[in-house]
Amino acid sequence: MRLNNKKMMVLLGCALAALSTVTASAQMLINGAGATFPYPIYSKWFNEYAKVDPSVRFNYQSIGSGGGQAQILAETVDFGASDGPMSDEKLAKAPRAIWHLPTVAGADVITYNLEGFPKLQLDGAAIAGIFLGKITKWNDPAIAGQNPDAKLPDSDIVVVHRSDGSGTTYIFTDYLCTVSSTWKEKVGKGTSVSWPTGLGGKGNEGVSGQVKQVPGSIGYIELAYAKQNHLSYADVKNAAGSYITPSIESVTEALASATIPDDFRFSMVNSPGAKAYPIAGATWLLVYAEQKDHAKGEKLVQFLKWAYSDGEKLAPSLDYAPLPDSVVSRALERVQRIKY
Amino acid sequence: MSAPSPRSILPAPGSQLPNSAFKWAAALAAGMIVVLIVLVGWELYVGSRQSLFKFAAGFLWSSEWDPVAERYGALPFIFGTFVSSLLALVIAVPLGVATALFLTELAPLKLRQPIIIAIEMLAAVPSVIFGLWGIFVLIPWLRDHLFPVLKHSLGFLPLFQGPIYGLSMLAAGIIIAIMILPIITSISREILRSVPDLQREAAYALGATRWEVLRIAVLSYARRGLFGAAILGLGRALGETMAVTMVIGNRPQISASLFAPGYTLASVIANEFTEATTDLYRSSLYELGLVLLAVTVLVNVAAQVMLKSMMGSGSSKVA
Repeated sequence: MRLNNKKMMVLLGCALAALSTVTASAQMLINGAGATFPYPIYSKWFNEYAKVDPSVRFNYQSIGSGGGQAQILAETVDFGASDGPMSDEKLAKAPRAIWHLPTVAGADVITYNLEGFPKLQLDGAAIAGIFLGKITKWNDPAIAGQNPDAKLPDSDIVVVHRSDGSGTTYIFTDYLCTVSSTWKEKVGKGTSVSWPTGLGGKGNEGVSGQVKQVPGSIGYIELAYAKQNHLSYADVKNAAGSYITPSIESVTEALASATIPDDFRFSMVNSPGAKAYPIAGATWLLVYAEQKDHAKGEKLVQFLKWAYSDGEKLAPSLDYAPLPDSVVSRALERVQRIKY
Repeated sequence: MSAPSPRSILPAPGSQLPNSAFKWAAALAAGMIVVLIVLVGWELYVGSRQSLFKFAAGFLWSSEWDPVAERYGALPFIFGTFVSSLLALVIAVPLGVATALFLTELAPLKLRQPIIIAIEMLAAVPSVIFGLWGIFVLIPWLRDHLFPVLKHSLGFLPLFQGPIYGLSMLAAGIIIAIMILPIITSISREILRSVPDLQREAAYALGATRWEVLRIAVLSYARRGLFGAAILGLGRALGETMAVTMVIGNRPQISASLFAPGYTLASVIANEFTEATTDLYRSSLYELGLVLLAVTVLVNVAAQVMLKSMMGSGSSKVA
């Protein structure tokens, strides 16, 4: 009995030792951190990619865009992720060139709580007026004029916005800056801004929860969240002058007609396409153009190539808009130039 | 395989080693706490240096919080932290002390243990659950029932004026009150239990009624301890984050009305830190943390001072 136990222990020890050397040599860990908005699609990608290449494992911490930018600058992660492009000052602080690689796009929808839930149509001037606190009643001509069929009450509008810093707010304020010069001067754009009016809700769930609770309220939330929770939202007038229902197709359309510079730091709000939804934005991965670690760099590039070919196809299943082919080919060309 | 006999581990009788070793270990443990606080303060100072130099004292007086224009001020957050915590104390201390009195002096023995367990369960509920309950249950009820009644009956006070959204300073105060109720009740109960029976018997002997016994013998004797319980509750209230941010409305403004939304130091840090993309922004959030630490320390020091003065008057009365 005693001997058996001893034998077992030895065998077990050998097995453990063998196992640990196998995992240590075979599995490489690539660390990333950043935006919370694309977290669901990124984790899906990493899961799927584990089947394609089991020798590499991705670890992504969704700590927010600010954290993602700080960590890639400090080189504590192998890649960063951000919902807004990095500023010139920040890029200047980087030890080597950091490239922006757009991955998927999303949109903000305008959700509201009105009796009977009429379908609303809104233009940029009306949305900016409401969020500036200048349009305070639901039956204001600026709203009623666009919605002749809707029964609008003579009640106060309660504005609800995000209280936590977020890419959703960045896209929304970016849009308001392009459609309203007053907004641009008074408030500006950012992941958090000084709101002229309204209540703050934490996260998409906080905003939609408050909109559901407070009669006469209006707020903005992510398209994916609104779709998954079956919330109603407004059609928004785009730059071409037509009212567009937010959808994956109308966001991809906005991407296709947006002007995208060489460094991929672009804004796609109020895109000129005829069917483009105007309140949309992309999200980016941040990688060093020259990878320090040869093996890791090679694996990262392989993953990025996979993401742009197979990964993009998974985006609509999670309510993200995939990049149009024209952008994918440009991004792929950039990925191939990453040195390792 | 010959283990040393237990006796050989022990030092010779009369040795001072265990005594001094224990003394040092205990001193080390106590010292660690001081070191920890100092380190936290230092880290917050280092993190907030940029904002400290840029805004100086203006940071404390300014009401502006504009991440786009990079102008930051802490006043609305300090105000919100104080007001929501004080509201919580005003609600929770009488409730907590009354519950503790009931449990130690009045409740039938059979009832005591179930109530104590229920209160301790309350302490185990995660903050975010209180927040969600606040949004979906408490806020609609406050908005449709309690707040209109308050506005109708006490609307002449500036405290109860203005539009009612539900999300408000008062809602935050109520949520915090529920969250600090367990600690205030538990500590108050321990303190009331430690009141010697001799006190009660003496009062009864003088012909006091039950209420008079509670007032003269028990509450008066336990005053200091109950005050301490309230301070511990306040300490928790100041730092409460998750549930508060879900019900307070997150609006950096100073309003006389308790129906108006507000904001607290802890909430704004939790809300904005993750997406703070510029250095000054991040630094200002660090400084808010520093302010919160300073507020907490100040409150505790003030409490100690008040406690001391109370002890002076209290002991003379007892004697």
